[in-house]
Amino acid sequence: MNPLERLRARRAAEDAGEDPSMTTPEAAMGRMDKPYGAHDPTLPPPVDSTLDQAPIPLEHRLRMYELQQEIRQVETQLHRLFVMGLVQGTSHLYTGMEATAAAFGTLLRSDDYSFATYRGHGHTLARGASMKGLIGEMLGRESGLLGGKGGSMHLTSVEHGMLGSYAIIGAHLCIANGAAWSARYRGTDQVAVAFFGDGTTNIGAFHEALNFAAVYDLPVVFVCENNLYMEYTPIGQITAVEHPAADRAPAYGLESIVVDGNDADAVYLTARDALEKARSGGGPSLIETLTYRHGGHSRADPGTYRPSAEVEAWKDRDPIPLYHQRLLRIGVDESTLTGIQTSVAERVDEATEDAKAAAKPDPSVIFTDVYADGGYQWRN
Amino acid sequence: MAELSYREAVARGIAQEMDRDERVFLIGEDVAGAGGVFKTTVGLLDRFGPRRVVDTPISEQAILGAAMGAAMTGLRPIAEIMFSDFFAVAWDIVVNEIAKARYMTNGQVEVPLVIRSANGGGARFGAQHSQSVENWAMAVPGLKVVAPSTPADVVGLLAASVRDPDPVLFFEHKSLYASKAEVPDGEILDELGTAKIVRPGADLTIVALALMVPRALEAAEILAGEGIDAEVIDVRSLIPLDTATILGSVEKTSRLFTVEENPRVLGWGAEIVSIAVDEAFWHLDAPIVRITTPHVPLPSSGGLEDETIPSVERIVAEVKKGLV
Repeated sequence: MNPLERLRARRAAEDAGEDPSMTTPEAAMGRMDKPYGAHDPTLPPPVDSTLDQAPIPLEHRLRMYELQQEIRQVETQLHRLFVMGLVQGTSHLYTGMEATAAAFGTLLRSDDYSFATYRGHGHTLARGASMKGLIGEMLGRESGLLGGKGGSMHLTSVEHGMLGSYAIIGAHLCIANGAAWSARYRGTDQVAVAFFGDGTTNIGAFHEALNFAAVYDLPVVFVCENNLYMEYTPIGQITAVEHPAADRAPAYGLESIVVDGNDADAVYLTARDALEKARSGGGPSLIETLTYRHGGHSRADPGTYRPSAEVEAWKDRDPIPLYHQRLLRIGVDESTLTGIQTSVAERVDEATEDAKAAAKPDPSVIFTDVYADGGYQWRN
Repeated sequence: MAELSYREAVARGIAQEMDRDERVFLIGEDVAGAGGVFKTTVGLLDRFGPRRVVDTPISEQAILGAAMGAAMTGLRPIAEIMFSDFFAVAWDIVVNEIAKARYMTNGQVEVPLVIRSANGGGARFGAQHSQSVENWAMAVPGLKVVAPSTPADVVGLLAASVRDPDPVLFFEHKSLYASKAEVPDGEILDELGTAKIVRPGADLTIVALALMVPRALEAAEILAGEGIDAEVIDVRSLIPLDTATILGSVEKTSRLFTVEENPRVLGWGAEIVSIAVDEAFWHLDAPIVRITTPHVPLPSSGGLEDETIPSVERIVAEVKKGLV
């Protein structure tokens, strides 16, 4: 059943006086008549074991494993550094959601364009941006990706095709359209990808961007990482449809696509098709990946409004152990995986030491790069 | 040399830049097939084709977002926002994204684009289609803000805006579209950040922008008949701002008047007055006078609107009062 058919089936069940199941993402998530935080849990879908046999090159699988390790270990380290009081400002960790960025990061060509939200650490690392630069930025150092002028919510690495993290959700879907427009105008087959959360589907720019991309058949892939919560509120409570992205896709002439966002292989297969479609002139796609953040919305949020059964179930469905087990099943040595983990851990430590030792930005940079002449002069 | 209307000058300026640079394209609501609701883009679709002249849905965020993404990746978009009032529905893209991208990314990203928009009152369109919002843009670091008053300036400043590496908001005045003047033949390229003394005078300085420039000039002629010799400066570009020309004039005349279509509070003249007080105080012989629209939305009925926006008569009266 596609999401619309599921919706119709659920409505029919309700009309018939039946209580539809509340235990799968296919069922309605929140209900407004429950007290805050007392909504029924939304449990993860079962693992699709047939994905073991998916036609994915081993090299790509190992890369996805490595990227997931990188992202997880960096986020874990950033949490540690935050507790130590070293991380400046806010931060929105991607822990638990790594599979989507890892799959796209593995598939994207070096000249493709990525756009992310404030929860963009993973998407930035997945394009190959420097760990030292990322941690340096989080610590507000001169060595940061943005020289300490952007911070956690604006990570960008143009040389890696990471065209920015946009902290006011929605805008970057429109901006990704422009990059896709430019690619086609210049006669290249580059693709633009915009990552965003479920909450973004309720802002106007999302709808403007989808219609725009569809009207002009732009080579763009929109990726909604549905972690079930719009900041502190269950997405189902404040969204008119069950699947915030996929259920809206038909309104823009696009296919409804929902994929297991905690399984890198599932995301990979879907992403590969969407990227190929965009690259070959087939137009845009909208993909909804079902996932879960292990922590709260931001560093200020312990996330206690989520049912503990739900948190536990999704932590059991952690994308990284799942992928580790799959790789073992298909014949990868434990030692290979341990080697990847250890090598990532060493790089994280090295990047952390580098960032801690880096200089704080010189105050003179306050006045640089407002305008193209390098300065901020607005008058003679 | 040919006589050209201000609206024809817009199309000429765009065509000049599109001819010169393949990276330039035009995108906006009704800009292609219809030639623009103000007929400012007539003929461009036929000349440059649908790849480079593109009609869009009513989606200001999508339009400006697309322009930004294209500018970040090697193109030189000209986007149109039909009425400048509509900037309000896409202000996030302008203020939070376009204006700040270079700074936040430590210079990694550049956004060379032009957003043209029909600005200002006088057409009886009411409070949501008549505002002068150039002062909104002026308040945002990272943007450049231009507002020409003559057809020749439209061509030259538009060309300078398209070639500028920074984002430029280009405010066309909808009550000037029908005005005509001689425009030189051939390529015209002006310079941002240069004010122009459009009428030299010895007794006082009137600083004006866009529609207020012809009104200030007319007022100056009336004042001349009464033996008062006004110097009129067309600011043309709010960011960058040519304070040297303005302060030089104040040093000469010792009296400063601004004529602003913005509602009173924090109209662009407030910044100029602040600079003049800081840097030319000892040259002043009298208090500075700001002649502005009062702090009200614009009414639609003709008589009411004319009473609200500074008129020639009001400029004359305020100047005479201020000279006492």
